[in-house]
Formats: sequence, C-alpha cells, structure tokens
Amino acid sequence: MVVKSTNKYTLQRRKVVHRILEDRGDAAVVTGIGNAVHDVASANDDPKNMYLAGIMGGAAMVAFGVALAQPKRRILVITGDGELLAGIGSLATIGVEQPKNLSIIVIDNQAYGATGNQHTHTGRGVDLVGIAAASGFKKTALITTNAELEAELQHIHNQPGPYFAVVKVMSKTSPRINAPKDGTYVSRRFRAAVTGESA
Amino acid sequence: MATKKKTDWSKDVFKVLKNADVKQVAYVPDAGHTSLIKMAIADNAIKPVSLTSEQEGVAVLSGAWLGGEAGALLMQSSGVGNVINMLGMANECRFPLLMLVTMRGEWGEFNPWQVPMGQATEAVLEAAGVIVHRVDEPSEIAETVEAAARLAFEGGRMVAVLIGQRVVGFKDWTK
Amino acid sequence: MTARRKITLDRRKVVSRILKDRGELLLVTGLGAPTWDAASVEDNPNNFYLWGGMGGAVLTGLGLALAQPKRRVLVITGDGEMLMGVGGLATVAVQKPSNLAICIVDNQRYGETGMQETHTAHGVDLAAMAAGAGFQTTSTVYTSAELNTAIPVLYNEPGPVFVDVKITAVDQPMSLPPRDGPTLKHRFRENLLGSI
Repeated sequence: MVVKSTNKYTLQRRKVVHRILEDRGDAAVVTGIGNAVHDVASANDDPKNMYLAGIMGGAAMVAFGVALAQPKRRILVITGDGELLAGIGSLATIGVEQPKNLSIIVIDNQAYGATGNQHTHTGRGVDLVGIAAASGFKKTALITTNAELEAELQHIHNQPGPYFAVVKVMSKTSPRINAPKDGTYVSRRFRAAVTGESA
Repeated sequence: MATKKKTDWSKDVFKVLKNADVKQVAYVPDAGHTSLIKMAIADNAIKPVSLTSEQEGVAVLSGAWLGGEAGALLMQSSGVGNVINMLGMANECRFPLLMLVTMRGEWGEFNPWQVPMGQATEAVLEAAGVIVHRVDEPSEIAETVEAAARLAFEGGRMVAVLIGQRVVGFKDWTK
Repeated sequence: MTARRKITLDRRKVVSRILKDRGELLLVTGLGAPTWDAASVEDNPNNFYLWGGMGGAVLTGLGLALAQPKRRVLVITGDGEMLMGVGGLATVAVQKPSNLAICIVDNQRYGETGMQETHTAHGVDLAAMAAGAGFQTTSTVYTSAELNTAIPVLYNEPGPVFVDVKITAVDQPMSLPPRDGPTLKHRFRENLLGSI
C-alpha cells in the first residue's frame, strides 16, 4: 500500500535538514540513500558530506567508524526510516560503545521514498526512538514541531552523545538535486577534508 | 598440538595487524578468532567493535577509512553470507577492506547446515569483487595476512584471507 | 533499560518448565544451546531445530504462525541469535500474528564460539527493543515467580508476545537432536500436515 501524499505531520524535510546543518560547524555528515542525499547536498555540497547513494543499512555504522577515527569531530548521520531499519542492529552495536561524538537523525516520512512511497514499518507501529533507547542510547528525542527541533539542536551538535532523534515529516518528497554520485570521488574528498591528508 | 598452533598464528597475525597500523577491529565472535579478539580488546590502541551482524563490519570499516584509520573484519564463513550487499558500497567507493575469515563446512564438518555457505564462500566473495587468499598451513597464515593487508591498504582493494578449517580444527561435539 | 538484577535461573530448568504442558505447541528453536535445551526435554516432532541460519529463528516462526493461524507457535532462541536478526521484531510486530510467542533464553553470551559477551551484557534490552518495535506484551524474567507469570502469557496471551528470560552463563551437557535438514523438514510437515 502506498502512503498518501500528506500524513498528519507538518514539518518539511528539506527545511528541517537545512536548519540542522546551519549549525554544523566542522561536523562531518554521513547520509543514507535517496531523499537524505538530496536534503543534505541541497544545503551545501560540503566536502565533509559522505553520500551513501546506493546501499541501505550501513549509514549509522559508517558514521560510527568515522566517529571512532575522528574522536574530536562531531559526526552526524542524516538518514531515512527505511534505511535505518535495514541496519537496525547497528543501534545495539553503537549503543554498547557509547561514542560521545555521534548524533543520528532519522528523517521519518514513514515511506520508502526511492521506490514508490510504500509504507515503512514506522507508519505501522514501529517506534525507532524506543528501539534506540532499548539499545542503550540515553539521549533520544521525537521531534514533530519547529520548537522541538530548535530545542534539540544543542544536543545534536554540542552535548555529549551518542544521540538519536526521529523527526517526523510530511511524506511529500522534495526535489532531487544533482549531488555527486561517484563514490570514489565523494569518499576521497571526504577523507581529505576530515583528515587533512591528500591520499 | 592443535591448540598451541592456533595460539601461535593468532599472535603472529596480531603483530601483522599492528604493523599495518590497524586501529579498529570489528567482529562477530567465532571460536577460531578467540585469541585474536582477546588481543584486540586488550590493546589500548585498538578499538574493538562487537557487531550484531557481519555486514555492520563492512560499514564501520568503511567509516574508519573515511576517518583516516585502517581496520580489519573478523568473521566465520557463515557470516560472509551476511555481508554481500554491503560489499557493494566498499566496491563502488573503492574502500580498502581487510577480512579474516575462519572457514566452516569444508574439513571434517559435523554440522551440515554450515556446509552450503562454507562451500560458497570463496566463489561468493570473488563474485562480489573481493580478492581472496586461501591459507591452510598455520605457518603461512601470518605472511598471507601481511600480503593481504598490503594489497588492501596500499593496493586499495577488498581482500579476504580464508583460514582453512583444517587449521582452526573442527569442533568436538562430544564435549 | 532494565536495572542490573541477579541472574540465577538455570536454562534447562527454564525450558523444561516452559515445555512441560506444551500440548500441540509448534516450536522453533534458534541455533546452539536453545536447540540442545529443547532436545533435552524431548525430541518432539512438533520441534523444528535450527542448526544454522543465525538471525532467522523469529522470522521462521512468523512464517509458520501465518501459515497455521489456529496453532500456537513458540520461538525459543538465544540473545546473540536474536540480535543478529533484531530487525525481524519490526517485521513481526507489523504483521501482528496473534498466535506467535517469542522467548529468549538470554545468558548474555555467544555460547557456541567461546562464551564471549553479547550486547545484552552491556545494557541492550531486548524486551524494550520488542516494545519499541510494537509488541504490546513484553517482559524480562529474572525469578522463578516471574517465570510462572510468563508461561501462561507465552501460551495464551494474544500475540505477538515477547519474553526475555535471563539465565546463568553455565555450560550444559550437549543434547543433540537430529540435524539433517531434510529429515527435520519432512518429519515436521508430515506430523503437521499429514504429508511432506
């Protein structure tokens, strides 16, 4: 069954992501596939963005690996509910390790955007915040309004993590933009930007 | 004796990983990797990551490389079945990847359910674009891992070392 | 997150009590110790033992429950196996199978590979994961009294239900049921369906 174009949520995904990234400072960002790539790239095609364009389920763990290698830098994950669900065990793996510099933000439109907007499990009773808490995340939030988003920004960017938030957004997709698709290019650019090394 | 041999090669392999500047070791526990896992946990310069499923390891080591660190993924051959789609990311982005796989389902295997993936491991990894080195002699394991690590981190490729079940020993189910 | 409480229950006694009045229960067991536990009670043709496919026990139970809506289906598996397929809890919860019960025998260890600690030894709470996934009935059991309360839930409460039983990490004698996949399949299906 396909999600209707409007659900009961009012936040718009692109505005939410752009607001979050306004305060990113020198944080690195790893995105899940699909909408998340376009949301992040449309704010700014920052070299410290790693767009995981094709494969689901790995975004949180990729970010975790970066976080371990770059303990002084804030690492953000911006991904969708379907992508996170495909690698849901990652939350337990990360929860056990408690990385202080990692924040995971799920933009939850309750639909698989890239394949025709079919319902995901979050529109049918699955509570990702509850699962994150059960996995050991002590800082979690469910964000449905702009006021709540503003209140969470300091936790996303500054307070010790690991941090996990779900932002419920309208199920309308936003326009795609031309983010770089070449994984070799994006990854080398990212690595050079976060490590200062050229190769 | 089988046990002594096992511990020796683990120590030598650990030295190889340290020389390769490995800083993250991701694993789902396997009996064959017990010593190596213990050494990784005991070493303050290494971050051990205990995975709920093996594909998380491909992702975390990709992230490690993005952040400037080298890593290694330790798993059993049955776990290889879990990583295949995630290898596509490492393949497409040309991430260096070093995997050490202890084999089941091929030498004196008691559990028939281990046989399909054990028999498929080499072909499946190669089909996914991974360079595979097999080793069945304990005395050759460390040098094989060293070669694999160079190929991975210097040559910039995905490389798997398959450590034969003959080396690891088959489980004694009567205990 | 559950507070750290003392773990005293013995896995063989727990499984034996759970299966004591099983009646027509269909049982799927995850690989390793849960399979030995079930076999040590009795080798019942309504048991389907997994000797591999780590991460697949709960979903195997789901398929069986959906195929046999009038039968109660119980999955008994370990914490490591559950963690490897933990997304399955979301898959199950969305399907809402009222005849499915899941019981974890949780020794917080990977029993077959050297007793290494799993994530449940470090604060991961499986019952809370199930609740987050949408299970309406979940509990964590530490005591005999709590087990007594949980057993009727496993058998009678409209599902899906999830019970995490904390047990000691003590090695038990092996008790090996048949492991030939085709034999297990044929026996199970013949007993259940009257044909293979």
